[in-house]
Amino acid sequence: MTDSSTNSSGVASANSPLYAGRRRRNAIAKGLALAATLFGLGWLVLILGILIYKGIGGLSLSVFTEMTPPPGAAGGLLNAIAGSLIITILAVAIGTPIGILAGTYLAEYGRHDKLSTVVRFINDILLSAPSIVIGLFIYEIMVAPMGHFSGWAGAVALAVIVIPVVVRTTEDMLTLVPDTLREAAASIGLPRAHMIVRIAYRAAQAGIVTGILLAVARISGETAPLLFTALNNQFWSMNMNAPMPSLPVVIFQFALSPYEEWQKLAWTGALLITVTVLALSILARSLTSPRKSS
Amino acid sequence: MAAGERDVSEVVLKDTRVTASEAASRSAVLKRLRLTDTIFHGLTRTAALTVLALLSGVIIALVIGAAPALGTFGFSFFFDESWNPVTEKFGALAPIYGTLVTSAIAMLIAVPVGLMIAFFLTELCPKVLRRPIGIAIELLAGIPSIIYGIWGLFVFAPFVQQYFQPFMIDTFANVPILSTLFAGPPYGIGMFTAGLILAIMVLPFVTSISRDVFDAVPPVLKEAAYGVGCTTWEVFRYVVLPFTRVGVIGGFMLGLGRALGETMAVTFVIGNAHHVSASLFAPGTTISASIANEFTEAVGDLYTSSLIALGLILFFITFCVLAMARYMLMRLQKQAG
Repeated sequence: MTDSSTNSSGVASANSPLYAGRRRRNAIAKGLALAATLFGLGWLVLILGILIYKGIGGLSLSVFTEMTPPPGAAGGLLNAIAGSLIITILAVAIGTPIGILAGTYLAEYGRHDKLSTVVRFINDILLSAPSIVIGLFIYEIMVAPMGHFSGWAGAVALAVIVIPVVVRTTEDMLTLVPDTLREAAASIGLPRAHMIVRIAYRAAQAGIVTGILLAVARISGETAPLLFTALNNQFWSMNMNAPMPSLPVVIFQFALSPYEEWQKLAWTGALLITVTVLALSILARSLTSPRKSS
Repeated sequence: MAAGERDVSEVVLKDTRVTASEAASRSAVLKRLRLTDTIFHGLTRTAALTVLALLSGVIIALVIGAAPALGTFGFSFFFDESWNPVTEKFGALAPIYGTLVTSAIAMLIAVPVGLMIAFFLTELCPKVLRRPIGIAIELLAGIPSIIYGIWGLFVFAPFVQQYFQPFMIDTFANVPILSTLFAGPPYGIGMFTAGLILAIMVLPFVTSISRDVFDAVPPVLKEAAYGVGCTTWEVFRYVVLPFTRVGVIGGFMLGLGRALGETMAVTFVIGNAHHVSASLFAPGTTISASIANEFTEAVGDLYTSSLIALGLILFFITFCVLAMARYMLMRLQKQAG
């Protein structure tokens, strides 16, 4: 009894430097992993905290009812908010149908053909292409030929960003629809197009809506492609053929200005955008979460 | 109606009776269905081709726009540091340098941290917390880049200027190479701050892709390693990481593509100085920041064209990086399924 216990402890002590070293390394790695996670979460808390702290003070009714002010005066963000809404809605209206149709082609008609492989690849690249380059592209094909900046150019630029997001989610969600549903529809003689619209779309509805919401979240904070397409406008403007204000561009302009009132409005605008974007992405996630967890 | 009543045996089963007019309308319906089917197929195909057209459109538009500048300056455009709107002498060296340096700083920080977070999420984290923490990290990716910019300029840069930069400059003042990297007055804004902010922005991309590929490791492999007495870290380091190498690298490249093209966050804190300086604390510029800052104010065709040429270079670099990333992730997918 005593013999065996000394024996086993003898073995342990012979190995202990190595064993202790491994344990130590394991503990250090675990500690670092925890630290890294706290580091990541810390940034989120820090950014949101300061955003709320700096932005909430300027939040009042006048933000939503008054125009962007001239330097040194008080005012609101009404025209910028309205401009952002219009540009975003138009961008989604232009981009979503194209995105859904293209995603449908990839998932339904040409799941394995060569064209789909290429389109999938190109779409993935467009998905993460620098948005400022998209802005340059629209400048070249719309602003320069027309000779002036316009709300339309801004909407088209954002639509180009919407398309790849919607294509991707539509394809992913349609691929998740079980083939038995398609076969059942085909067996009662439903042509493919009707099968897709009546059966596949319905089954993938939540996922497709998620994709659109994610796209909206993505473009509502985009600034770079609007800088030289929609430009900006100090005044109330509903003319899509004229420069149009948007919240992100106004934030950009006001934040970099030396005027305190403008900087304060920029923080308030930043808070508004962030809350909108985060709410949209959480909403989008909650739509698909039951499927993911199952 | 009654007169026309007869069997249409080709169309219907024996015990069903169908009138001629019904048969006619049925074939009309079938025809309509076939037509809509063809139209729908055509529409989806056109939409898919539109995606291709978009990318080629971007390339063509940029090449045409950049042609005057590239024609005037030729190959030296890539190696020239000067950027002078008055004498119309433009070179892309400083923006390219700034883009590469800030992205390198971002990746140096984001990759290890992102990997460790993914390690934590997949191996250590209690199951209940896994999803909320994962979502919280992904929310970092959802915050618009202009928010990072305004936050970086007003909150982060002053902090870096006051505490971090003087500390680094003093600490490494006598170390040969590091004293050059961390030299100069602490401006707060500059390549280092931009790189740090980029790191925070890229972090969620690296984390979420690494986590996804780590989750895809067959449990048998891990269990076998645990079975022979490996520690958690050893399982991760010698089993999970080698197994998922391709996917992890693909994730890095995706993050890198993001960092290279990021515009607004960088524009706020980079300082927009067309200089190539060895010190990381010096103000610089990146391709995207130059375009964002100067494009609307650019007068003269050559100035505009030079900025578009910068955009073309940026697009080319990110295209290569992203294409490589996608290729790697695609290969992984093929392996898995």
